[in-house]
Amino acid sequence: MWSFFHKLGSPPWLYSISGVILRWLLPITLVALAVGLTWGLLFTVPDFRQGNSYRIIYIHVPAAVVALAGYYVMAIAGAINLIWKMKMADVAMKSAAPVGAALTFVALLTGAIWGKPTWGTWWVWDARITSMLILLFLYLGVIALYEAFDNKEAAGKACAVLCLVGMVNIPIIYKSVDWWYSLHQPASIKFTGDSSIDTSMLYPLLLTIAAFYALFTCCLLMNMRAELLQRGARTSWVKKLALAGKST
Amino acid sequence: MYFDSFDALLTMGGHGGFVWSAYLITILVMAAILIAPGRRRKKFLRQLAGELKRSRGDPNITEEEV
Repeated sequence: MWSFFHKLGSPPWLYSISGVILRWLLPITLVALAVGLTWGLLFTVPDFRQGNSYRIIYIHVPAAVVALAGYYVMAIAGAINLIWKMKMADVAMKSAAPVGAALTFVALLTGAIWGKPTWGTWWVWDARITSMLILLFLYLGVIALYEAFDNKEAAGKACAVLCLVGMVNIPIIYKSVDWWYSLHQPASIKFTGDSSIDTSMLYPLLLTIAAFYALFTCCLLMNMRAELLQRGARTSWVKKLALAGKST
Repeated sequence: MYFDSFDALLTMGGHGGFVWSAYLITILVMAAILIAPGRRRKKFLRQLAGELKRSRGDPNITEEEV
């Protein structure tokens, strides 16, 4: 158990094991994305009320769900870095931010595109949408704050604090559709009780959610690998890797 | 497939523009976040290899400094 944590703190080990994981996870992710999105886009029946516009659900919901999950990853990594000063946690926090920002952007944008035919407007200052916009600003804030510091240790600490303070936003996003019921519909999938979505729509949605989780994991690992190399530019294992000319 | 013609697939009963643009933009963003980290990593390795090779050719720098 402890040896695992020791290995986790070792950049060369993390670099090589993530390479092995990606060799499998990346193709699986791409196939799952292709199957899930094609299924939702072409093979499901339209919603009886929203018609075909509802097909956006297969990108909007997974992007939003994983954007939130990504924030947990980033904030937990930040906390680990603050408490135990674990360098790898700082690498993970920094690497999660751009992926989370991209997914939050996708969730907001597809939400706006879905809103036009469904609600008649691209944008409304609804609680769910506003709190997701704040999530995007939190992600962008972490990226900008990290770049603003020359001292990367101080940058990591400041970003970790920002991540943790930003956690306040997470329960607001979850509960916003129940607390301030306006245009955004409440959750259709529930862990407890019956989901209000037909299984013919639920299965492709679950597949795309899983695929988006895998996508996040792949992008996080790939960002971490690039970051590990840049931080280790003066170490012998990185130099050896560069001189070997192998990029895998 | 749900749609019985290519035309129906494109228009989606009037929602085609919304659905297709949402999917297209999403796929572009996905491609960007999938491609960018690998490019950054490979570019860094290439640059570092170049620097190391140059400094090796420089007689003023000892092997320890490389």
